[in-house]
Amino acid sequence: MNPLTTPRFNVSAPDSRHVLLDIRHLQVRFHTPEGTVYAVNDISYQVHEGEVVAIVGESGCGKSVSMMSILGLIPVPPGEIAEGTAEFMGTDLLTMAEDKLEAIRGSEIAMVFQDPMTSLNPVLSVRRQMTEALRRHYGMTGEQATNRAIELLELVGIPDPARRLGNYPHQFSGGMRQRVMIAMMLACNPSLLIADEPTTALDVTIQAQIVELVMRMREQLGMALIWITHDLGVVAGLAERVIVMYAGMVVEEADVDSLFDKPRHPYTMALLAALPRVDRRRDSRLKSIPGAPPNLLVEPRGCPFAPRCEYVVDRCLHERPPLLAVSPTQRAACWVTTGDPAFATSNEFRNNSR
Amino acid sequence: MGRYIIRRVLQAIPLLFFISIVLFFLMGQLGDPVATMGGRRVTRPSDRERLTRQLGLDQPFYKQYLYWLVGNDWTTIDMDGDGIGDTNGTRRGIVRGDFGMSLMKRGQTAWDVIWDRVPNTLLLMVTAEIVIIIFALLIGIFSALRQYTAADHMITAVSFVGFSTPIFFFALLSIYIFSVNFKRWGLPSLPAVGMFDPQVGKTPGQVALHMVLPVFTIAFVSIAAYSRYIRSTMLEVLNQDYIRTAKAKGLHGRQVLLVHALKNASLPIVTLIGLDLALLLGGALVTERIFAWPGMGRLFLDHMQRFDTPVVMGILVILSISVVVFQIITDLTYALLDPRIRYD
Amino acid sequence: MATLDSVPVILSTGGDELAPPLTFRQMAWRRFRRHRMAMFGAIVLIMLFVYAFAGGLIYTAERANFTDTTIRLSPPSLAHPFGTDTVGRDVMARTIQGGRISLMIGLTAAFLEILIGVLIGAAAGFYGGVVDSLLMRFTEAMLIIPSLFLLIVMARIVGGSVFFIVIILGLTSWMYVARIVRAEFLSLKQNDYILAARSIGTPTRDIIFRHILPNSMAPIVVAATLAVATAILSEAYISFLGMGVQPPTATWGNMLDGSYNYIESAPWLWIFPGLLILLTVLSINFVGDGLRDALDPRSRNA
Repeated sequence: MNPLTTPRFNVSAPDSRHVLLDIRHLQVRFHTPEGTVYAVNDISYQVHEGEVVAIVGESGCGKSVSMMSILGLIPVPPGEIAEGTAEFMGTDLLTMAEDKLEAIRGSEIAMVFQDPMTSLNPVLSVRRQMTEALRRHYGMTGEQATNRAIELLELVGIPDPARRLGNYPHQFSGGMRQRVMIAMMLACNPSLLIADEPTTALDVTIQAQIVELVMRMREQLGMALIWITHDLGVVAGLAERVIVMYAGMVVEEADVDSLFDKPRHPYTMALLAALPRVDRRRDSRLKSIPGAPPNLLVEPRGCPFAPRCEYVVDRCLHERPPLLAVSPTQRAACWVTTGDPAFATSNEFRNNSR
Repeated sequence: MGRYIIRRVLQAIPLLFFISIVLFFLMGQLGDPVATMGGRRVTRPSDRERLTRQLGLDQPFYKQYLYWLVGNDWTTIDMDGDGIGDTNGTRRGIVRGDFGMSLMKRGQTAWDVIWDRVPNTLLLMVTAEIVIIIFALLIGIFSALRQYTAADHMITAVSFVGFSTPIFFFALLSIYIFSVNFKRWGLPSLPAVGMFDPQVGKTPGQVALHMVLPVFTIAFVSIAAYSRYIRSTMLEVLNQDYIRTAKAKGLHGRQVLLVHALKNASLPIVTLIGLDLALLLGGALVTERIFAWPGMGRLFLDHMQRFDTPVVMGILVILSISVVVFQIITDLTYALLDPRIRYD
Repeated sequence: MATLDSVPVILSTGGDELAPPLTFRQMAWRRFRRHRMAMFGAIVLIMLFVYAFAGGLIYTAERANFTDTTIRLSPPSLAHPFGTDTVGRDVMARTIQGGRISLMIGLTAAFLEILIGVLIGAAAGFYGGVVDSLLMRFTEAMLIIPSLFLLIVMARIVGGSVFFIVIILGLTSWMYVARIVRAEFLSLKQNDYILAARSIGTPTRDIIFRHILPNSMAPIVVAATLAVATAILSEAYISFLGMGVQPPTATWGNMLDGSYNYIESAPWLWIFPGLLILLTVLSINFVGDGLRDALDPRSRNA
């Protein structure tokens, strides 16, 4: 057996919490007139009860698509879930009947989307949009649902909630809309909340408030949280574990400290090098990553980062590196950095990663 | 809201004023109304002259228009041609609801001639419109949900043929198949002419039976065009983020479609229907001609041929006003459906 | 705060081994070619033009108007593939002659419609202010009068010559084009390159015709294509109602006038001209749809 493909550590072992979501070998494609887009290519990871996981990657790397596909929110066709399973509390979401999945969406798993300006229905009142899920999942009457909605709006910090309930989305500011959206999604006490870049479309000052709000809600309600972002700065502050995605693949997965201290994938290293830091000399230049992300219309072969990677070796071009554990809390998919334990401690490597 | 309506009406008045001048000018060019009067030959020059004076045709254009608009009962007509008004005018003008006397049907006002046809036209057109809206919605939504499937491609192809078909061709074809050949093959055939069989009488059943082919004809072409429009509107709405949100809340597919999607998609559809409703009164020119349906469209064509300008003008004015009124109603409906629009 | 979107990306090494970038025209043509319905429409349309124009070399106008009452209303045969009409004229010869007239009416009326629409829309959009509001009120008024009714009234006034039918078709149909062009002008005139052209003193005429108009061509081309179909249909409607082009000149529309008296006894009178109109309008609509997709940069078939 090839020692490289045998995990040396079981990454999940140290976490004693139950596995909530278990994604294995998920592959998602879109069949478009220009050809097949290989959006998500064989990704596997787990999320535990009450855990905060961040998924990081550039736009179009498949981080949102992978989440939406397990909830059945991508249009099929043109989308296609080519392979994989996504077990949620022991049952596979991908093979579940539509009505069963509907019963889970919004009650067990909720999702907050990127743009609050377009994610709320402009022609329905906030009351209508907030009470819908409560009636659907809990069979509440109009009055019960309204009372609960008022409670929720209060919880997310909307002043005068009883009156605001009768308003329409256009009467709220962007930040307020995102609060409404969060309240709406928390209505049924989900055990997993997926936040898909919920702060990207907001003003910087509002962003911090929303992050703070979501984290407070998580503490109060104890749900697991998947935070999708392209912003490493946010990740450091909130996540326990980070999953880095590139071109539809998971390239590195680690607890947040390991990731920032000892990144093991060249892409993660490059990302960190591009991050401005307070402890860096002011005249030092931020490093950019040369090249562009790969064309997803081509079936992936080898390591997707190889054309832009400064450590590239011949093998990277032909053979896809598996996600290998490099420590009990860290896995990376790289032939070079995981294959040679000495490499990680070499001077050249350390210098490049910072 | 009230002030908005008043403002819109006030804005419409100069527009309608302008339209009526254009139409009135066109009517003047149409032909010789004197020759039409009652279908009688007016041979004697003296008769001609008398009629010309009576109709005010000897007056300059602006005066003719003025009399048509506000009437001439406040002034006198010069009937004997001596340059001095001698007879009191009797017309009250269109602003007071006087459309003038029909030239073709003696002794009847143009208003009565038109009003007589309104029930027939509305019966045919409202039925057709209901059929159109129901089927176009069903087909449009269905093909939007099944985008790029074989069924969707099929519907696309059929609707292209549908709205490329000249109505008369479709009417002739449907008569040929369902009336002529069905009879020939001994199948129950559909009547192709008129509103009822004179031997049976004007029973509701007869009228309904006679409506099948004309309604089918009017509806087919419109359903094709409407369902395409509804399809593309639905597709646009279904791709919106808020639809994803509704699904993420775990709502049933049907509820997502009928509440979240349709309410948004209905906005552009309302505009389309609003214009159509305004034109219902006008009837269907070609269809009514082919199926000999005694509606407004046929009235227009028949009286057009005979230069019966008061009736023709009356129909055009009623239609124009109806378009304006329905434009305002459409805008108000829009405001009802879309909370972002307020006309305060 | 660093975001990945702000990471500078150097292009060109993206692994795109395609040939040099295509021009807009090449891309549009590629998209059009991939549009199956549009290609089908284009081919049928070419065949129809060949039928009407090359066919006229064999079936001359004389032959189309040659009457022989002894063979009136004879069904399709080898000698008369589409049968004969009520006075014994060859229906096929008349569809060829009529096709030429109908297609010419469609093209010229559409040209006139676009010309009027572009002039009015461009003036309104470019000058704005009083000019705009007057022209748009006028456009609105024209839209309020139901167009087929107006067309019939005007046809009755000007009589049944091809020339005047083309004129009134153009005069009653330019409103949508004017609105499209106005909207294009309103948005385009705000662009920096127009401001730049103005600031270096480019004459107004050049700004309109060299800078703005070429950039608003896409919707105009699509509208023009569909206008041809609408014009052919409108001519057919008024001719069918007996108020369009008058015989002996044949058009596909007036060949149908009165044919509903022969629905049963001589279906070939209306089937052939009707089918030709349908086929023409259908293929133009297909082409229009293809052009819309090909010329629209946001098109799904990129």
